[in-house]
Amino acid sequence: MTVALDQPATIATKPARRRRSFAGVAPYLQAAPLALILGAFLLLPILMIAVVSFWDYDFAAMYPDFLTTNYADTLGSWVTWKTYLNTLKYAAIVWALTLFIGFWVAYFLAFHIRTTAMQMVLFLVCTVPFLTSNIIRMISWIPVLGRNGLVNSTLVQIGLIPKPIEWLLYSEFAVVLAMVHLYTLFMVTPIFNTLMRIDKSLIEAARDAGASGWQVLWNVVIPLAKPGTAIGTIFVVTLVMADFSTVQVMSGGQSASVALMMKNQMSLLQYPAAAANAVVLLVLVLLMVAGILRIVDIRKEL
Amino acid sequence: MTKTTDKKTGISRRSLLKTGAAAVGFAAGSGAISGFPTIWAQSNITLRQFGTGVSNLNAIADKCKADLGITLEMTATDSDAAAQRAVTQPDSYDIADIEYWICKKVFPTGVLQPMDVSKLKYYDELVPLFKTGKLTPDSVIAQGTAPHTVGYVEAQDSKVFAKAPTNWFTMVPTIYNADTLGIRPDLVGRDITTWADIMDPAFKGKTAILNIPSIGIMDAAMIMEATGNIKYADKGNMTKEEIDKTIDFLIKAKQAGQFRAFWKSFDESVNLMASGEVVIQSMWSPAVAAVRSKGIACRFQPLKEGYRSWGGGLGLAAHLSGAKLDAAYEYINWYTSGWVGGYLNRQGYYSANMVSAKKFMSEDEWGYWIEGKPAKGDILSPDGKVMEKAGAVRDGGSFEERMGKVACWNSVMDEDRYMVKRWNEFIAA
Repeated sequence: MTVALDQPATIATKPARRRRSFAGVAPYLQAAPLALILGAFLLLPILMIAVVSFWDYDFAAMYPDFLTTNYADTLGSWVTWKTYLNTLKYAAIVWALTLFIGFWVAYFLAFHIRTTAMQMVLFLVCTVPFLTSNIIRMISWIPVLGRNGLVNSTLVQIGLIPKPIEWLLYSEFAVVLAMVHLYTLFMVTPIFNTLMRIDKSLIEAARDAGASGWQVLWNVVIPLAKPGTAIGTIFVVTLVMADFSTVQVMSGGQSASVALMMKNQMSLLQYPAAAANAVVLLVLVLLMVAGILRIVDIRKEL
Repeated sequence: MTKTTDKKTGISRRSLLKTGAAAVGFAAGSGAISGFPTIWAQSNITLRQFGTGVSNLNAIADKCKADLGITLEMTATDSDAAAQRAVTQPDSYDIADIEYWICKKVFPTGVLQPMDVSKLKYYDELVPLFKTGKLTPDSVIAQGTAPHTVGYVEAQDSKVFAKAPTNWFTMVPTIYNADTLGIRPDLVGRDITTWADIMDPAFKGKTAILNIPSIGIMDAAMIMEATGNIKYADKGNMTKEEIDKTIDFLIKAKQAGQFRAFWKSFDESVNLMASGEVVIQSMWSPAVAAVRSKGIACRFQPLKEGYRSWGGGLGLAAHLSGAKLDAAYEYINWYTSGWVGGYLNRQGYYSANMVSAKKFMSEDEWGYWIEGKPAKGDILSPDGKVMEKAGAVRDGGSFEERMGKVACWNSVMDEDRYMVKRWNEFIAA
């Protein structure tokens, strides 16, 4: 979001080559479409959510007002804190796993596949699962992990375990597994992209200077992959923080996430309470993104 | 439906319908000739109905169009959204198809108008459950929002529910049923007789309850009371302490790993049961049928404490008047005249007018669904699928046995908001 918002500004700074009469208007015209779209479909709705979060409500209607009770209720309840902690825990675990898996997949694609054609083919293979809806990809785990599912019945049949493992499905394990499955590609793509841009002569230079494989990886590849890692991190973290269907389906409704809490409130028509929650979540996620951008300067690297 | 009344009202309506008067006249004429109440066929009367989905069936809209010529536009929502829409957008619908506990919330706001009982052709045939709260003269009135307690108002312009039947009906009852726990008889390994059995340590990690607060809390209350932990004054209207006790009990059970999952939608409950993830859980009657149609044993187990029941009806929007109001009355009279009743009965629900519904069911269907007799032939669903093989007996038995054992009705509590807050804590815990 922040990146996109900055675009008009960079365009606006270089109108020098235009004719004088045009010079004043052109950059604004150029910036207008994006500004309009972002204004109408991003800023305005967010603004409305922020406004509504201060309103009063009962089961039938919302009443314009300026109350802080929605925030007091949200922040003052142990449920909120526990739910946020739980969601952050998911975000941390899923981030670590997708980063690890994503990096190695990207590394393999970028450095071990010799031809560009093959690289592209394999990269497209990675995206094949994304041709189906992510709900379907998630739900298809259920018959695999269930008590009488594929994994359990196989393990029981070959005599590895005496009775089915219960925690495979409707557990935090199931949630994390499904999320890693759903979101790893969001890590692979940006990291692959940055790895492809690494000048191969840098690696050769490192080798000539006597660096071992690990030293090359640690001192050359990983630092240069930072922007991709940061973009992937932003994708994964924001997706996990806002997820409700995966948590609901894979935990069998036993685990809570922030978005699920909001969905519950909305289904009970407590829109202002949900709006307050949304604002809190938005602030938190924006802070996290700001933190990531603080560590890695994405714009410089792109 | 007699053609004479239709003809008469047709003429009075003609004066009300500024446009298309000739068409109505023609329709009235054709009605007189063919003997069908096709009065509306050419007048393009459309009734907008919204409701909670169970009875918003396309088959009903199609049949209504064919029989009455009235176009039904149906919108299905979940119950909370239905309650909100009823109150906040009263001009967006003509007929509200809502449950009685929603009626309790909605009617006092003045968005619905009561019905003149004398205009309801089949009023006398309606099941007494909706008039006096008693199925038979010696039944006990169940707890919760029993339909008869919100079934009448004192006068046409009144918003206060009447204590006894009056001439002003808030809603015409249409569909209702008695819910209980669903079990997998092949996997539970013993007789299930009480709501408390869901808390049996033997079923640890193999039970589920539904995660819809207003209904889930009632199932929880049935379980709580059955385990002997508490005796509610009124399950349908708990005090804060009672809510606290109930939720604390649920949280303890959840943390001990008693539940496998909490389901929110019909298909989730079907999958949980069919896959063997759970062996005993809260369930709805059509979900049990859906599991059975996969060839998997599933029972809608009658329990000694009785059933948790729900009921819905049709209410008239306050803005209806003139021709539209007449059409709405005609629609409601058609609704209770039997075809719909038979259709609903054949889905495993109950029609509020059993007398007329019987005429639209075969003897075997009536015997299986209503009298609790073994089916003589295969029992088919309304769309022609085999639901039960010959010889099957309905779980819980006859209509009287099932609806006569209602322990509580779905309801709305005074402490509703507090309950929802605590319920969310239970889910997050």
